[in-house]
Amino acid sequence: MAVVLILVLLVVGSVLFHMLSPWWWTPIASNWSYIDSTLVITFWITGIVFVAVVSFMAYCVFRFRHRPGNRAAYEPENRKLEWTLASVTAVGVAAMLAPGLVVWNQFVTVPDEAVPVEVVAQQWLWSFRLPGADGKLGRSDTRDVTPENPLGLNTNDSAGLDDVIIEGGELHLPVGKPVRVLLRSVDVLHDFYVPEFRAKMDMIPGMVTYFWLTPTRTGTFEILCAELCGVGHSQMRGTVVVDDEANYQTWLEQQQTFTQLLALGEPQPAN
Amino acid sequence: MVEIPSGDAGTVPSAEVEDVELYHPKSWWTKYVFSQDAKIIAVQYSVTAISIGLLALVLSWLMRLQLAFPGYFAFIDADRYYQFITMHGMIMVIYLLTALFLGGFGNYLIPLMVGARDMVFPYANMLSYWIYLLAVLILVASFFAPGGPTGAGWTLYPPQAVLSGTPGGRDWGILLMLSSLIVFIIGFTMGGLNYVVTVLQGRTRGMTLMRMPLTVWGIFTATVMALLAFPALFVACVMMLFDRLLGTSFFMPAIVEMGEQLQHGGGSPILFQHLFWFFGHPEVYIVALPAFGIVSDLISTHARKNIFGYRMMVWAIIIIGGLSFIVWAHHMYVSGMNPAFGFFFATTTLIIAIPTAIKVYNWVLTLWRGDIHLTLPMLFALAFIVTFVNGGLTGLFLGNVVVDVPLSDTMFVVAHFHMVMGVAPILVIFGAIYHWYPKVTGRMLNEALGQIHFWITFLGTYAIFFPMHYLGLLGVPRRYYELGETAFVPPSAHTLNVFITVTALVVGAAQIVFLFNLVWSLFRGREAGGNPWRATTLEWQTPQTPPAHGNWGKNLPVVYRWAYDYSVPGAAEDFIPQTEPASGVTREVVA
Repeated sequence: MAVVLILVLLVVGSVLFHMLSPWWWTPIASNWSYIDSTLVITFWITGIVFVAVVSFMAYCVFRFRHRPGNRAAYEPENRKLEWTLASVTAVGVAAMLAPGLVVWNQFVTVPDEAVPVEVVAQQWLWSFRLPGADGKLGRSDTRDVTPENPLGLNTNDSAGLDDVIIEGGELHLPVGKPVRVLLRSVDVLHDFYVPEFRAKMDMIPGMVTYFWLTPTRTGTFEILCAELCGVGHSQMRGTVVVDDEANYQTWLEQQQTFTQLLALGEPQPAN
Repeated sequence: MVEIPSGDAGTVPSAEVEDVELYHPKSWWTKYVFSQDAKIIAVQYSVTAISIGLLALVLSWLMRLQLAFPGYFAFIDADRYYQFITMHGMIMVIYLLTALFLGGFGNYLIPLMVGARDMVFPYANMLSYWIYLLAVLILVASFFAPGGPTGAGWTLYPPQAVLSGTPGGRDWGILLMLSSLIVFIIGFTMGGLNYVVTVLQGRTRGMTLMRMPLTVWGIFTATVMALLAFPALFVACVMMLFDRLLGTSFFMPAIVEMGEQLQHGGGSPILFQHLFWFFGHPEVYIVALPAFGIVSDLISTHARKNIFGYRMMVWAIIIIGGLSFIVWAHHMYVSGMNPAFGFFFATTTLIIAIPTAIKVYNWVLTLWRGDIHLTLPMLFALAFIVTFVNGGLTGLFLGNVVVDVPLSDTMFVVAHFHMVMGVAPILVIFGAIYHWYPKVTGRMLNEALGQIHFWITFLGTYAIFFPMHYLGLLGVPRRYYELGETAFVPPSAHTLNVFITVTALVVGAAQIVFLFNLVWSLFRGREAGGNPWRATTLEWQTPQTPPAHGNWGKNLPVVYRWAYDYSVPGAAEDFIPQTEPASGVTREVVA
């Protein structure tokens, strides 16, 4: 009974692979450990179902394989059994869906104290903008993008003048403080993806999308683009550094404001 | 006691419908080329679909070579890599799976299984195939066009699909892709209307809807869905063509392309995604439902047992078909759409798991207390169940909105959809070909070659896609030309990539065995006779094998019972054809 043996080996092999696999999620660096928990719940429920269904199937193939003189039973339906199985399935589905929706509610509810941080994508570069001393980001529009004003800030909006602009460099975030990550693109779809943060979101030209997180440990993490954005997609990398408060302030002071950036771009007086 | 849908038709008068309405071909050309016979059209569809599918298979080899040995093959540059993945996906989903299930199996099986002489509109049916062929040729032409085919990914998301950073975006690639899809949809609509009307109007006497084999139910429901879903893709393609050619802004907001302001403004890239997935999600079930139906009949026939819970199976097909129209945005959880959508679409998506699970239970319960013949169709059916259960369960990760957030756009997604809508339906296609080849050609496929093909394909695909989930769990993004130096990816992940590629090459090569078998058995295969599997359904009761034009000779068959009278207690044989009048045998069961 090669088929039965192989089906059994396949079940055992899949479970062993899952337990022994060296490929598992990265150590988390944000508050979204709840997402990991829902994943674990889902692994348990789906894993049990997989083992149960395939094992039962293997048993059936073994027990009811054709032998001379065998005849199958005649049983068109069994409503009680069918409804019981459907109900049990519904319970299992609810057990995955309910915690999932609770966590999703947290995911889409941004706390009031979250500080805005803007990420701007273009083919194939990450740029960032932090609010200046006024704590507000100035208005921006793709139409205002010029070589001197790569993020398209509105020069008439005074709230934007003290914004900190980081073009193509590293983003730093302070540990333990919730941030509202505002996402913009000036050309095509991109997706701000840091595996250790668990969260990700597409960036869409013409819209501002967002998600929020609280970095929970210091370290340097890689930013990847997770939405196909052309031939440079896989090279579109960036770096986010989670700092303690002191290092964060030191870094912040070294960055350029929008006003300073505009001054650089102005024509130098002729001498 | 349970009323069972069989046997009680009593006295149905014989149907002396002569085949006067059919146009009988007068020359070789009208018989084999411009044929209006659904069976010939079915073979034309199948051969075309499998041929273009082989191209997609080779493309998958090339992309896997790049993933395992980045940079080693100089001709696979980033442009080509993205062109390969795009064409692989598009061909497999639309031009192979959709065309083969509906145009191939639909054309062959619907008239035969419902007892019709042909499709209701044979001329439109013929046009359907030739328009499909034109769509395929346009698609192939893009490989030879300046700039090559589009590399926008099979989802063709704007704006990148029509911009210069994407292969074919400013060249011919995207134009030919969109044109080909538009032509495909026109051709499909002609065929699709035929399949629906034939099932509704062309059934023979006694063939009530609830006596139809599940194969017909699956193909019928999928066709209705396709007729409702493809128009969304159609308008999306037309609008994108306008954006690209006429400078309109349906999907194009203000954009700075490589430092230059474009003249677009006010359009919505997300609108395209909604249109695409309004088509795209039903499309998954357009491929899956025919597979569900066919595999039900394979299991029932080769386990010599009625399909368990037939009525529930029919309703599950219909409910899945209906629900699949309100789950589309689960492909868009991290697209930036209104996050409140997540609650609704996660709920509908997980609800669809229930009728789907019922189908799985009923397949397995059909095996229970059966008389299981481990023929090739049965082996493929078993492999389908394993693969589909695996792929279906990982859908519960991706459908549950917050669990999807870390996994979306990673290799987990690639592994999931290949399991559930790539490998699983293809295993059914193989099972179905081994099952119906004797009817189509009059000869059996070679068993030994089939065994080799089966084991390599089943275990190989599982070995390819099962471990791939774990790359996604690790965080490896999909659609990456190369991973390069990525801190969180350990060297062992590269080793796994090499393993997957080598396995993919072997599995791909095993399909040569299958193709050889198809050709060899055509001439050397064992004579099959009319009903080699001792099956109940009408297509096995034709007066000739292969069936002649018009299928039934002078009189149409009359149906007296459902399609699943296997191992009926008291009957002499372990199957009773649907054409067998009711006898004195009582068929009652205890609920």
